[in-house]
Amino acid sequence: MKNVKSKRGWKLTSIALGSTLMVGAMAIEVIAKDWGSHEVDGRRSGYTYMTDETRAVQDDNFENPGMLWVENGEALWSKAGANGKSCASCHADPEKDMKGVMPAYPKFDKRTGKMISLEQMVNRELVEKMGEKAEKFDSKKMLSLMTYIGNISKGMPVNVKIDGPAKPFFEKGKAFYYQRRGQLDLACSNCHEDNPGKQIRANTLSEGQINGFPTYRLKWQKPGSVHRRFRGCNKNVRAKPYKAGSDEYVNLELFVKWHGRGLPVETPAVRN
Amino acid sequence: MTKMKVEVLDRRQFVVASGAGAAAIIAGFSSAANATPEKAAEWIKKLTNGAKATEGKIKVDLPEIAENGNTVPIKVSVESPMTADNYVKAVHLIAEGNPAPELCSFYFTPMSGKANAATRVRLARTQKVIGIAVMSDGKVYMSQTQVKVTIGGCGG
Amino acid sequence: MAKARVKAPKKAKAGDIVTIKTLITHKMESGRRKNKKTGEVIPRHIIDKFTAKFNGETFFSSDWHGAISANPYMSFSFKASKSGEFEFIWHDEKGEITSKKSKLVVA
Ligand code: HEC
Ligand code: HEC
Repeated sequence: MKNVKSKRGWKLTSIALGSTLMVGAMAIEVIAKDWGSHEVDGRRSGYTYMTDETRAVQDDNFENPGMLWVENGEALWSKAGANGKSCASCHADPEKDMKGVMPAYPKFDKRTGKMISLEQMVNRELVEKMGEKAEKFDSKKMLSLMTYIGNISKGMPVNVKIDGPAKPFFEKGKAFYYQRRGQLDLACSNCHEDNPGKQIRANTLSEGQINGFPTYRLKWQKPGSVHRRFRGCNKNVRAKPYKAGSDEYVNLELFVKWHGRGLPVETPAVRN
Repeated sequence: MTKMKVEVLDRRQFVVASGAGAAAIIAGFSSAANATPEKAAEWIKKLTNGAKATEGKIKVDLPEIAENGNTVPIKVSVESPMTADNYVKAVHLIAEGNPAPELCSFYFTPMSGKANAATRVRLARTQKVIGIAVMSDGKVYMSQTQVKVTIGGCGG
Repeated sequence: MAKARVKAPKKAKAGDIVTIKTLITHKMESGRRKNKKTGEVIPRHIIDKFTAKFNGETFFSSDWHGAISANPYMSFSFKASKSGEFEFIWHDEKGEITSKKSKLVVA
C-alpha cells in the first residue's frame, strides 16, 4: 500500500503496480514496471498501455480472438487460386519463408520506385501469381493472410530500412506525422509523442505504435489494418482520411514503424 | 523500490478532441435510455420463478474498470460440492444497465466438477452486474458486482 | 461458416477437473446496431445456444443473448472419469450448427 500525494494535494491509496488509474481528471502511472521486450530504449508498445485484463487476452494464445484469423490465414495458404496455384506452391515452408517479413515492411519496391506495404505485396502475389483479384486491406481474406504472416514473426524486432532509396519516402512520412491537421489542428505527435500515458476522455493514450498489427480491437470486434487505424485517427481530429493503400499512408506507415524500431511484433495484438 | 510518477492531466488541449471522438462513439451506441432495473428484476423473477435469493455462494469477477464496453471479460464461480445430490443447476448473469438486461445463462451438471465458467460480454455503461445461482435443491443465491465501463473507442 | 477453436485436454487422470476453452467466429449482431450510412437497424443474428457433451451426454450448456461479445469465448470445467469423446455444438438463430469433437483418454 502506498500513499501518493499529487500536485493538487489529493491523497491516493493502494495503487496497483503497473496499472494506470484515473481519479477525477488525474492519471497516475506507476513506472516501475519492467515491460521486458515490450519496451525498447524508452519506446513502449501499445501493450504496455492496456489494462491487465486486455493484456491477458492478448497473452493467452487461446483466448486471443485474433488467433481465429491466424488459423484462417494458415488454411488459406494452401488454397488454390484461379490458376491452380496456392501460396504454398511457391512458399512451401511459410514458417521459414515468411519469418522476418512483417518486421521489414513497408519496403522500397524497385518496380514502382515507391514504398510497398505488405498488403500491397500480398495483393501483387494474389493477382500476378495466382490469377486472383486484389483484396481490400480490411477484407477477411487479407486480414487472415496478414495476421498469419505477422504471427510467424511474433517476437521479432521491428526493423525497417529507411536509408537509400527509402529515404525520401521516410521524410514524407515523417512530415505527415508532425503536420497539424483537421479542425482540431492536431498532429499525430501531439497525441502520441507528447502525451502518452495521459487520458483523453476515457482512453489512455499510447505512443501509437504499429508493432501489433493487424490488431484485434475490442471496439471493432475484429482485427483491422494499420491504415484503418490511421483513418480513424485522422477522422478523430476531423481531418480528411486518406485511402487505405494511398502513398501518404504507406509513407506514414514506414515512419511509424521506424518510430517503434526494436519493438517486438505482437500480431495479432489486442487493443481497446 | 517502487518509483512512481503522478501526473496531473491538463485536459484543456484535449477537451475539443475528445468531443469529436465522443460524438462518433455515441452515434455507434444505440440508446441505453430504455434500460431499467425493473426490466432486470422482471427477468430475474422469470428465471427464478420468484424464489427468494440470498446473498452469497456465487462470485462474479469483472474488471473494476472495463476498457471497452464491447468486450468485457466476466467469470463466475459458485461454491458447491457438485455431487449428484448437491450441485449448481444454473447461473444467470444480468446487466442491470443494458438496454436488454439478459447476458447469458450457464447450466451445470455434476459432470462439470466445478461450477465455473467464463465469457466476454457487452456492457453499455457503468452499472451493476447481477449473478443468480440456482442450486439443485431449489435454493437461489445472488451477487452484485459493480463495473465501471469507460467509453472506449477514441483513435478511430 | 463459423470457425471454431477448442482447447480441451487429450489426457487426464480419473477425478481430475479440467478446464475447457472454446472460441468461435461470429458477429453476434445484437439487433441494436444501426448502419451508420443508411440509419437502418442491422438485423439481429446471434448464436443462442452452446452445448458441451461427453459421450453424448450434455454436461454443460449455455444460453446466449445479444450481449455476448462478437467472436464468443467460453470456458468451463469438466470432471474426468472415463475415456471418451467431447462434442461441442454452437447453434445459431438461423439454424446453422457448428460442431467440433475431441477425444479424451483417462488413465
Ligand atoms: C508462383 C509462385 C508464387 C506464388 C503462387 C506465391 N508467391 Fe509469394 N513470392 C514468390 C517469389 C518468387 C517471391 C520472391 C520474389 C518476388 O518478390 O517476386 C515471392 C515473394 C513474396 C513475398 C515477399 C517476401 C519478402 O521477403 O519481401 C511475400 C510476402 C509473398 N511472396 C507472399 C505470398 C502469398 C501470401 C502468396 C499467396 C497469396 C504467395 N506469395 C504466392 C513466388 C510466389
Ligand atoms: C487526438 C489525439 C490523437 C491524434 C492526433 C492521433 N491519434 Fe492515434 N490514437 C489516439 C487514441 C486515443 C488511440 C487509442 C489509444 C492509444 O493506443 O493511444 C490511438 C491509437 C493509435 C494507434 C494504435 C496503437 C496500437 O498500439 O495499436 C495508432 C497506430 C495510431 N493511433 C496512430 C496515429 C497516427 C499515425 C496519427 C496521425 C495521423 C494519430 N494516431 C493521431 C489518439 C490520437
